[in-house]
Amino acid sequence: MPMKIENGPFWKRVEENLQNDFMRGAVAGMQDRGYVRRLGVIEELGHWEEWRSLAEQIRKHTLENLDYYLMQLSENVAKRGGHVFFAQTAEEANDYIRRIALEKQAKKIVKSKSMVTEEINLNPVLEAIGCDVVETDLGEYILQIDDHDPPSHIVGPALHKNKEQIRDVFHRKLGYNKSSDPVELARHARETLRRDYLTADIGITGCNFAIAESGSITLVTNEGNADLVTSLPKTQITVMGMERIVPTFKEMEVLVSMLTRSAVGQKLTSYITVLTGPREQGDADGPEEFHLVIVDNGRSSILGTEFQPVLQCIRCAACVNVCPVYRHIGGHSYGSIYSGPIGAVLSPLLGGYDDYKELPYASSLCAACTEVCPVKIPLHELLIKHRQIIVEREGKAPVAEKLAMKAFRLGTASPSLYRFGTKLAPSAFAPFAEDGRITKGPGPLKAWTESRVFPAPNNERFRDWFRNRQKGGNPS
Amino acid sequence: MTRGTIQNRDAFLQNIAKRLGRSPRLSGVSQPQWDYAPQWTVFAGYSQDDLLSALREQCKLIHTDYIETTSSELAGALKQQVAAYGGGPVIVPDDPRFAEYGLSALLHDEWPAEQTAVHVWNSSLGRQNIDAAEQANVGIAFSEITLAESGTVVLFSRNEQGRTIHFLPKTYIAIVPKSSVVPRMTQAAAYIHEQIEKGAVVPSCINFITGPSNSADIEMNLVVGVHGPMKAAYIVVTDR
Repeated sequence: MPMKIENGPFWKRVEENLQNDFMRGAVAGMQDRGYVRRLGVIEELGHWEEWRSLAEQIRKHTLENLDYYLMQLSENVAKRGGHVFFAQTAEEANDYIRRIALEKQAKKIVKSKSMVTEEINLNPVLEAIGCDVVETDLGEYILQIDDHDPPSHIVGPALHKNKEQIRDVFHRKLGYNKSSDPVELARHARETLRRDYLTADIGITGCNFAIAESGSITLVTNEGNADLVTSLPKTQITVMGMERIVPTFKEMEVLVSMLTRSAVGQKLTSYITVLTGPREQGDADGPEEFHLVIVDNGRSSILGTEFQPVLQCIRCAACVNVCPVYRHIGGHSYGSIYSGPIGAVLSPLLGGYDDYKELPYASSLCAACTEVCPVKIPLHELLIKHRQIIVEREGKAPVAEKLAMKAFRLGTASPSLYRFGTKLAPSAFAPFAEDGRITKGPGPLKAWTESRVFPAPNNERFRDWFRNRQKGGNPS
Repeated sequence: MTRGTIQNRDAFLQNIAKRLGRSPRLSGVSQPQWDYAPQWTVFAGYSQDDLLSALREQCKLIHTDYIETTSSELAGALKQQVAAYGGGPVIVPDDPRFAEYGLSALLHDEWPAEQTAVHVWNSSLGRQNIDAAEQANVGIAFSEITLAESGTVVLFSRNEQGRTIHFLPKTYIAIVPKSSVVPRMTQAAAYIHEQIEKGAVVPSCINFITGPSNSADIEMNLVVGVHGPMKAAYIVVTDR
C-alpha cells in the first residue's frame, strides 16, 4: 500500500464516501464512544495539561537534537549485535530489506502494524521477489485479504468495514463458514495466523518509540501480534520513521502513557514490549538477527521549517477521533494512509501539494485537533500555513477553496450559519443537549458553552448540505 | 557479542544537522530539567495495601482474574486456577522462585502424577521449548515489577525464561509478590534506567503485560483473546 491510496478528485471521493452509511455510522460511533473513554482516563489521571506540556517538551528536545539521539541509538544497537541502516528514501529502505529477504531466501514474512512500511510501500517489493507477506494486526489482516483494501484510520484500519463484509471476505478467501460474530471471526484469524508465525522466516515491525540510551525499540499492541512476530522468525527487521525516538526509558514511559490514553482510552495497552538487539547468547526464542531501518523519506525537509512540530506526532489519532470533518467524510476521502487532521498536515509534506493540496481545506479550523493533541502540535495553525503556501504557490486559491473556505469557515462563523457548519452532528451532541440547547459541549465547545448556550445542531444531514453547497446554494 | 554494522549514518545525520541549521551534534547533549513531572504524583504516598486495592480494582477493567493468597496457600491456589483454565499442559520458566515459593512438589510430583504435563523452559532444548509453549494450555511466570495503576506485570527475558511463555499458551497466570507492586510504569522505567546508568545489560526483551490479548478491530467490538492468551489471572502473594 503506497501512501497515496485513492485516485480521482478529492471532492468526488468525499461525495462517494458520504453515501457510505455504514462507514459514517461506524466513525460517528467510534468518535462518540472514544471521546467519553478518552475523557474518562485523562480525568482519572489528573494534571493532563502538565502531562501534555511534559510530552511536548520531550518531543521538542528530541527533535532539536535528533542527530545526537540517532547517533546514540545506532551505537547502542550495534553494540548489542544489531544492524542499523539509515535510509534517506523509501527506495533505499526497500532495497535494503529486499536484500535481506533474498539473502535469507525468505518465503514467508509476518508483519505487525507499521504505518511507515505502508508509507514506503514495502509489501509489493517483497511480493515481487516471491515472498508471502502476511499482515498480523487483525484490522490490517482483514484489509490485506480483501484484495488490499486501504486503511481508513491510523489506529483502527478496518473501521469502515462491517462484520458481514468481513465474514464474506473470510468465506471467499479463507474458506470460513461460520457466523459474523466478531469472536468467531477473530478466533479464525488466530488459528490461521498462528501457523504463519510459526513458519515465517522474517518478522517485520514498525516502531512506536526507539530508546536512544539502550538501543531498544518499543512496540505497543493489544493483540500481542508484534510479540509473536518478534519471538518466532529467525530474522527481525524493524522499520522506524527517524523521528520516533526518545532519550531514555523514562521519556518512553511518559509518551507511552500519553499514547495509549489518547489512542484508545486505555491506561496501558495489553502489550508494551521493549526489545534490544537480537536474542542473547543461549536464548531459545527471539530473533537470531536484528536489523533496524531508520527512514527519512521526506522528514528531514520538515526539520527547521515552520512545520517541524508535526514531527512531534506519536500517531495516536486523537485528532482524527475528534475531527468533525473526518466524522463525515471518513478516512478514504483523504486519499492518504494518513487521514484526519494529522493526515491533512503530514500528507502534503511527505507526498507533495500536487496530490494533497485539497487536504488542508478539509478542516473547519475548529481546533478540536489541537486541543486534544497529547504532544501539543498546533494542527489547525499548520493547516492555515499550508493554505497560505498553496495560495502563494498557485497565485490563487485552488478550486477546492471556493467550496471549502466558504462552507467550512463561514459555516461556523456566525450563529445562523453555525447550524450548517461541520459540527452538524445531532447524534454527537444528543448527550449534551437539553431541550435543543447545548449547555455542556464536548471538546472545543466546552469553553464556549461554559458561558453561553448554543442551539443544538438541527437534523439536516451533512451530505444534503454538502450537495447544496456544491450547487452553489446558500445556507438558509 | 559481535558488533553489528551501521550503514549510511554520516550523510544522514549531516543532512539532519544542516536542516536544523547548525553543525552536527554527535555528543555532549544532556537532557534539560523537564518543567513538569506529573507522572510521580500518581498514587503518591500510597501504602502497599493501598496499591494492592488499586491493582484489584484495575483487574476488573482488564478482564483479568485476581486472586490473593499467602505463600503457604500458593500451591493450592495455583493448582485451582490451572484447573479453572482447563488444566495442562503447563509451561514455566526455569526460575528458582518456584522452589522458594513452595511450588516444587506441585510442578514435579503432583501435576505429573495427575497426567498434567509440565515443561520447564530449558534453553539447551532449543526449538522444543517453542513447541511446548505452543502446545501449552497455561503459561506461568513471576512478575518482576507490578504496576497498580494499569494492572500490568513486567517480565524480563533471559536464557531460563523465553519470551513465548507469555504469548503462545492459551491462558496465562502471573504470580505477583505483593512487594513487587509499585504505583505505575514510571517506577519501572526509572528502575530500568538506573540499571542502564550503572552499566547493566538490558534484557533483550522486556514485556509489560496487561491482562489477556484483545482486539476491537471488528466493528469496535472488544474480542478478548486474539493472538496471545485468551484468559489471564494474577495470583498475588500477600506475604512476599
